[in-house]
Amino acid sequence: MLAYIVRRLLYALPILIGVNLVTFALFFVVNTPDDMARMQLGVKRVTPEAIQKWKVERGYDKPLLINAEASGLSTVTDTVFFQKSARMFVGDFGRAEDGRDIAREISGRMGPSLAIALPTFILGLLVTVTFALTLAFFRATAFDFWGVVLCVAMMSISGLFYIIGGQYLISKLWRLVPISGFGAGLEAWRFLILPVVIGVISGIGSSTRWYRTIFLEEVGKDYVRTARAKGLPETVVFFRHVLRNALIPILTGVVVVIPLLFMGSLLTESFFGIPGLGSYTIDAINAQDFSVVRSMVFIGSVLYIVGLILTDISYTLVDPRIRFE
Amino acid sequence: MLKVENLRLGFTAGKKTLAAVDGISFAIAKGETFALLGESGCGKSATAQGIMRLLPAAGRILNGRVTLDGEELLSLPEADMRAYRGSRMAIIFQEPATSLNPVLTVGQQIGEMLARRLGTDGVEATERMVDLLRQVGIADPERRLTEYPFQLSGGMKQRVMIAIALAGEPELLIADEPTTALDVTVQAQILDLLAKLQAERGMGMLLITHDLGVVARMAHRIGVMYAGELVEVASREEFFTRPRHPYTQALFEALPDISRRDVSLATIPGQVPALTAMPAGCRFADRCQYVMPVCREQSPQWRESAVGHVVRCHWQGESVASNGAGHGITEQDLTPGRAFLELADLKVHFPIRKGFLQRTVGHVRAVDGVSLAISAGRTLALVGESGCGKTTVGKSLLQLIQPTAGSVRLGDSELVGLKGKRLRSARRHLQMVFQDPFASLNPRLRVGEIIAEGMGALGIEAEAAAQTAAVAALLLQVGLPGDAVDRYPHEFSGGQRQRIAIARALAVQPELLICDEPTSALDVSVQAQILNLLKKLQSELGVAYLFITHNFAVVEYLAHDVAVMYLGRIVERGRAEEVLRSPQHPYTKALLSAVPVPRLDRPTQAIKLPGETPSPANPPTGCHFHPRCPQAMDVCRQRYPQATDISATHAVSCHLLG
Amino acid sequence: MMGFQIVVLWSDVLIWLLVAAGVGVGFLIANNPPLLAAWRRVGASRVGMASATVLLVFILIGLLDSLHYRAQLESKAGQKASYAVEVLSVLDALAVPLRSRNEKTYSEPFATRLYSKETIDVPGQGSVRDYPRLKYGGKHLGEREDEVAADAGFTAFRAAGLAFVGWAMLAALAAAVVARGSAMAEASGWQRIWRGETVFAWDAVLITFGFILLCIVPLFWLAGQYHVFGTDKVGQDVLYQVLKSVRTGLIIGLVTTLVMLPMAVLLGIVAGYFRGWVDDVIQYIYTVLNSIPGVLLIAAAVLMMQVVIDTHPEWFSTAAERADLRLLALCFILGITSWTGLCRLLRGETLKLRELEYIQAAQAFGVSSWRIIVRHILPNLMHIVIISLVMDFSGLVLAEAVLSYVGIGVDPTMTSFGTMINNARMELGREPVVWWSLAAAFSAMFILVLAANLFADAVRDAFDPRAT
Repeated sequence: MLAYIVRRLLYALPILIGVNLVTFALFFVVNTPDDMARMQLGVKRVTPEAIQKWKVERGYDKPLLINAEASGLSTVTDTVFFQKSARMFVGDFGRAEDGRDIAREISGRMGPSLAIALPTFILGLLVTVTFALTLAFFRATAFDFWGVVLCVAMMSISGLFYIIGGQYLISKLWRLVPISGFGAGLEAWRFLILPVVIGVISGIGSSTRWYRTIFLEEVGKDYVRTARAKGLPETVVFFRHVLRNALIPILTGVVVVIPLLFMGSLLTESFFGIPGLGSYTIDAINAQDFSVVRSMVFIGSVLYIVGLILTDISYTLVDPRIRFE
Repeated sequence: MLKVENLRLGFTAGKKTLAAVDGISFAIAKGETFALLGESGCGKSATAQGIMRLLPAAGRILNGRVTLDGEELLSLPEADMRAYRGSRMAIIFQEPATSLNPVLTVGQQIGEMLARRLGTDGVEATERMVDLLRQVGIADPERRLTEYPFQLSGGMKQRVMIAIALAGEPELLIADEPTTALDVTVQAQILDLLAKLQAERGMGMLLITHDLGVVARMAHRIGVMYAGELVEVASREEFFTRPRHPYTQALFEALPDISRRDVSLATIPGQVPALTAMPAGCRFADRCQYVMPVCREQSPQWRESAVGHVVRCHWQGESVASNGAGHGITEQDLTPGRAFLELADLKVHFPIRKGFLQRTVGHVRAVDGVSLAISAGRTLALVGESGCGKTTVGKSLLQLIQPTAGSVRLGDSELVGLKGKRLRSARRHLQMVFQDPFASLNPRLRVGEIIAEGMGALGIEAEAAAQTAAVAALLLQVGLPGDAVDRYPHEFSGGQRQRIAIARALAVQPELLICDEPTSALDVSVQAQILNLLKKLQSELGVAYLFITHNFAVVEYLAHDVAVMYLGRIVERGRAEEVLRSPQHPYTKALLSAVPVPRLDRPTQAIKLPGETPSPANPPTGCHFHPRCPQAMDVCRQRYPQATDISATHAVSCHLLG
Repeated sequence: MMGFQIVVLWSDVLIWLLVAAGVGVGFLIANNPPLLAAWRRVGASRVGMASATVLLVFILIGLLDSLHYRAQLESKAGQKASYAVEVLSVLDALAVPLRSRNEKTYSEPFATRLYSKETIDVPGQGSVRDYPRLKYGGKHLGEREDEVAADAGFTAFRAAGLAFVGWAMLAALAAAVVARGSAMAEASGWQRIWRGETVFAWDAVLITFGFILLCIVPLFWLAGQYHVFGTDKVGQDVLYQVLKSVRTGLIIGLVTTLVMLPMAVLLGIVAGYFRGWVDDVIQYIYTVLNSIPGVLLIAAAVLMMQVVIDTHPEWFSTAAERADLRLLALCFILGITSWTGLCRLLRGETLKLRELEYIQAAQAFGVSSWRIIVRHILPNLMHIVIISLVMDFSGLVLAEAVLSYVGIGVDPTMTSFGTMINNARMELGREPVVWWSLAAAFSAMFILVLAANLFADAVRDAFDPRAT
């Protein structure tokens, strides 16, 4: 198993290099470092010297991809691309525009992000799977029909509406919890409860519908007929036979996002003033801070790949066909 | 014991409900096997599911009564019905591969039955399960209990299904095409098992099948179904000696057999009427050769022709006049001339890749050194069970699959390794007809375009007008109406589609047609039409066939030469009468004796093969067949036998003859 | 007669190309019975046709808003004609009253006065702090400000009456069409529609259309006298903003899929058909793109795009062109981040298809690979492409709002649901709350997305081979 994981991690290397190339291309194909310097410095302070200083400070004065002047290995290594991306592999993300160390900032902000994302994820999964199971259990009844109608309606509503509406109703009108902000320690729950509830509700529509389709697909299979032919009650057929099999496709969709929970949610965090990675990203976007955006892209990709590996592992736990091969 | 009275079942389609089973009645006594016989779509499976009240979501029980020992089942509440399922009546399905839950162990799947029906669990239950598995003939039952279905072979899965059915000790067992998905040798094992268990336990059995051979082997009484109705019910003896209904008679006549080699098979013209357009009178009237005006007006009533033999037909005649005189085909009795296609030591190995770098860790030896010769105008049948590599041989002949080694010589040119234009010109001489008539025609193209495709690609009949004429001529030749040109495949039935596929292959005027199980997806009466067509085309065009099949009846009817394949190699080959009349290889003998014969006289003694075909990725040492061979010797475990010539044309690879 | 200069924006070109492609595909479908049968099933679905009717209204608004021009400025004779900087569309021309009658700042729907107090001079009383009268809203009422409800109700009632007459005429037309279509007229066309006996779901279309007319006619009638959805911070009519947002949403939803479609289809099929190293390369590409979190990729790309736009102001002669380019760039970026799903789906399906016997039969004839792809594989994948096209639409419309809110969406000067919400949410903190802008944007988006979702379901049911 360990060897397998190591192999998969090695396999991830070329993908991460690819990710870096893509971001690199995005940053430098349409714009030169000079453009970026001009952008950052603002109109007033643009002088050739200021641009040069900005570039040297941030290491953008080197050639982009290939250093023709250097010799040997350093034709490749003494370049912006190599310097910027190789460091990321060892966790050195450099400094943001405001001079803070990105790596430290990130590690400090993961906690709040996770505090929102994890409960949202777990509660959301519980609620939607239960709802979908109930719909599938009562399939082809009025309950199922109206349940699906509700799902379609809910997934047609913008996520922004859930947040704005929730904040207005619960915090402003009923004054149950603070409208936004974040506290440390036990007090935090007062700030967390609203974003979590809203996160769960906004995900109900599409997830429930998707899970319901999976359950219905399983219900139509031959082995379910066999289970019924044994005279098993419908509840046993459902929970013992259908649920176990339906879990397999559900897992693929769900496990892959678990590591990405660290990244937090852009919307929720910025609306509720949570000092997590999501709001960090938004701030960076608004400040046009390329170093931070690039670091977040890198971390996101790493987490995605970790998610893929976790998916494979979870497969072997649930599906005997894969476990024994 | 079980009584079905006037049962009507329907399927909802939109707002309408179409009756798939329309008022059938029969009874099964304790210890009796009642076979429901019919072609696909006649409603026999729906009947089985209806009795268990396990119809799919769209299915409805419209009316009728089903009583088990006098208790009415159809009006029971669902909760009470559950008590009947599994404990008093059990069912096994056609597809063992999908009928078991893939994520539960065998033990769990049998165990939940025991826990529910008999309230046993723990050690007692395990003992009982081991006992059950042993009864259904599974070796090493303790280990199998902890295994998952995917670790079992097809035959073993069906045995597990039977064990599950038996766990509740039912009085009635419904077997819905229990062996259709299995190989002949495994089918023989399962049928024997079912017959034995039934005799031991005195169960009633409802056997659903389309195979007259299975009926002859298993049934005590038979009911023939046609278009949702029962048309004839008779005891086994009566049924096989004096079939009364024209439909039953036609089914018998349509069976290919060696005795019919020189004549064309009887066919049933037309198709089963659609559920939406059932005729008012007798449902068979449009296809019946004895049709009378009264048949179209009123549905016939049951008539008893002998004790326990009832038939629903207006016609009172005895039996069909032999139609051999109808339009017999004179056999081209060709002496084997010079072979125009020769395979020498053909090998197709598929690499098994594993690990990070996708290293090749082994090979699936699908075809492992096959040598064959095909002569002009003759039919060579390549016979074997599933997974023996016979289809791969056909495809590698056409270079659809690259052979790993060996040669395929067409006339004077070597096909293996040919590329581009030269390969294309070689392909003119060989064409293929595939197994599944539904997957072999592109649903988005018109029939005319489908047939003309080969002509276009190979540059035959480049002019549009000539092409149109050629397509029209081909349609005529394969017996399709001329207006088919502008229609789409979905408008045609399975048999008609297979005709289109044949026309497509013939369009480039090949000398050899590779037919890969072209009739195995078709009903008997339609199969007869296709076989007749193939024979007619051979006599008219002189085309040779490589006929890939597992069906010995078809081989007997059609083939001039026969080659028997086992695990990638030819074990016996020769002229049809040599191989079929005096088989020498133990595998050929076992295969031939395992085929259920649709006649009363049983073959002398069936040779029972244990186990199933091993994986071609890991074939046994020595002779591949030795683990299953009743006559295996020490030398068989060590060396693969050389081919021994019995006669100029007959060769066998077996140490017994060496 | 004022002259005008036609302005062709890139997005206009794409949207009219889409219309042309739609008409072309329509002809193709009419000549291809299997596809026609699938679309007939869509046509028979009541929910599908009702939602299609709603979508059609939105599309009509979007199309009207996609014919742009610049009006000629009044100039002295002999001088070279000069044109206004503002780029207008046909929709703007039709909605002149909505566009031009701006108030000072916020006002509630159907209000006659502003939402905030100002110091006004009242003759005889000196300056008083009060809610000033609106310049346009309810002007015709004069002093009778308290009669708004009665006046609006009466107007709405009259308009509804007119809408009903219009609907009845349309219904009669439909009945005539149905009656002509069926030769054996045991029942009149009208009866057949009413009993739901027609193959095409005429009943659903007519009922939906009736509802739409009953809403729209009174709405626009009233919009001539009131600000039915209120006004925003700078006094612009919210109804007008909603209308303008429709085009943005449609472009994001449609052009994006159009951009990614060729790439996804080509790469997916090629990977599945040729396998081997081609497959490896394509899989590598989409795994890389997939592993970058979508929002971040979009953010990075939009940021870079913004730098380009900002450093090259000379490329654009009007603000509209600049906003348009950014919109298109957003479509491209969204397309690039979202093609991987479809590509993977098509690859998997092609892998299955290439093993089918009709493909092997074609190979046995030596038909070339590209011909097999075009003739045998592509047509049999069309249903997946169509399903994903309609399924993606609603997701993209919703995504636009979120992205615009985050600041990486459309240009802030371009009206869209996202920018409307973004501008309005600042006012949620006000007491009493300014709710109408948000409500209007969310409701319009909800109706559009719901209709798209329902239509997508109908299309999927009709095209999915498993469903039939």
